Amino acid sequence: MKKMWIMALALLSIPALAWGAEEAVPTVISNAEALKGVQTNLDYVWTLVAAALVFFMQAGFAMVEAGFTRAKNAVNIMMKNLLDFSMGSLFFWAVGFGLMFGSTTTGWFGTTGFFLSDYTVGGDPWVLAFWMFQCVFAATAATIVSGAMAERTNFIAYILYSAVICAIIYPVFGSWAWGSLLNGNGWLEQLGFIDFAGSTVVHSIGGWAGLAGTIVLGPRIGKYTKSGKPRAIPGHNIPLAALGVFILWFGWFGFNPGSTTAGSTDIAMIFVNTSLSACAGAVLAMITSWLIFGKPEIGMSLNGALAGLVGITAGCANVSPTSSIIIGAVAGVLVVLAVLFFDRIKVDDPVGAVSVHGVCGAWGTLAAGLFNIEGVTAKIIMVQLTGIAACFIWAFVASFILFKVIDAMVGLRVSEEEEMEGLDVSEHGGHSYYDFQMGSKQA
Amino acid sequence: MKKIEAIIKPFKLDDLKAAMAEIGVQGMTVSEVKGFGRQKGHTEIYRGAEYVVDFIPKVKVEIVVDGDQADKVVDAIVASVKTGKIGDGKIFVMPVESVCRIRTGEKDLDAI
Repeated sequence: MKKMWIMALALLSIPALAWGAEEAVPTVISNAEALKGVQTNLDYVWTLVAAALVFFMQAGFAMVEAGFTRAKNAVNIMMKNLLDFSMGSLFFWAVGFGLMFGSTTTGWFGTTGFFLSDYTVGGDPWVLAFWMFQCVFAATAATIVSGAMAERTNFIAYILYSAVICAIIYPVFGSWAWGSLLNGNGWLEQLGFIDFAGSTVVHSIGGWAGLAGTIVLGPRIGKYTKSGKPRAIPGHNIPLAALGVFILWFGWFGFNPGSTTAGSTDIAMIFVNTSLSACAGAVLAMITSWLIFGKPEIGMSLNGALAGLVGITAGCANVSPTSSIIIGAVAGVLVVLAVLFFDRIKVDDPVGAVSVHGVCGAWGTLAAGLFNIEGVTAKIIMVQLTGIAACFIWAFVASFILFKVIDAMVGLRVSEEEEMEGLDVSEHGGHSYYDFQMGSKQA
Repeated sequence: MKKIEAIIKPFKLDDLKAAMAEIGVQGMTVSEVKGFGRQKGHTEIYRGAEYVVDFIPKVKVEIVVDGDQADKVVDAIVASVKTGKIGDGKIFVMPVESVCRIRTGEKDLDAI
């Protein structure tokens, strides 16, 4: 594998070297040009490899959600995860990318670059690599919500939501924090807001949108007793959920280090921080669940790893490895308490998406300021808190309105009968595990 | 002829099968079942919420033998699956009116 990488890098550098060789005598200037060409190629390769890793996180989200829910809804969950990426990408191409990275005079949203018009034939293809990387990020924010709203959401309503979050909700906030990565210039980044890979921009946006969704939907039938006590609705495949978490962890090695969008040596520390934080999150969530429930519970431990990953996403490039362990550890404790809290206040989130992405995203954003390697000031903390608050207000309010509108248009929730029977049959006309049912086999 | 229906712990099935082979029992039917007796269910934890598993997985073994063999079979089953702990299961013995082997049409003892 290592050999292949070296070969791939060598091959990529050939055009640059060959170009340099055409010069009769290499000069300082021609050598500098050649080196620049190698670096450019490396930036493309790393950004697109990272984009592929982040894309694979879709599989992780799909497996986590399917594993933590019941078998009667697994087809629906696969369809939602396929369609939020597909619908979301199309709308991000048409509208979202322009809002997020187009040039702006106000700092509130971009107004150019819709339909990927920044790219012209023969022009600089960097915008394509950059678009691809940003597109998989937008789809990540979209797919987080799927888990929170699992097992009771009308499919067509979910498709409409996917389009709007990738067209408007995600990109508008993204333009505030990240617009200047291309042509924009957001008000939040002007203040000095730190969110390297998107604890707030991606994860909290998804988490708070999910919170709005679960509140508008209401809990699943059977989640609460008549006296209002939360009941367990066990997921149907814990190994699948665990596989999903491992896939997400793997994908995060693209999500965080890839956010350099440059093949640089910076990625080493980001890699280390990302993994250490996830480890600390898993360990502390396990210990917390052990102390509270008397057993090291798997669901919480898996959520803990994800909490650590979400937590380190904002600060992965500007905190030390030791700090990353503290950030992950706090996230691991926080996620268990948050899951129990949301359960108690009747926010029925089958996979813990609001706790993992919303709460730990907010924590990670604050932590990026607190543990800033260049020192922490009151101003940095204020800016981080401003970003966290702006994200909650925008994502929660905009999503709440969106879900209410969708509810009025097509109905956000399936009927009681459909929910009991399972969304697989009622929404999609077939089962996930066909031969597992006695008598379902055709002659 | 008697039918012996034994509800046992799933992990004891192999022991039971070996014991039956030893005393010359020719065949059996096995199914995965769920239920409870005096043992009742047990509680499990999922994401911090406790829930009761009312019906515990068991294996049901059905064996049909000549009437005077029944006691021997019951004793052999007890000897092979007993752990002495709650949840070991139960054995029911009931009369069988007739037996027919589908392939040959043989009846009763010839068909067992």
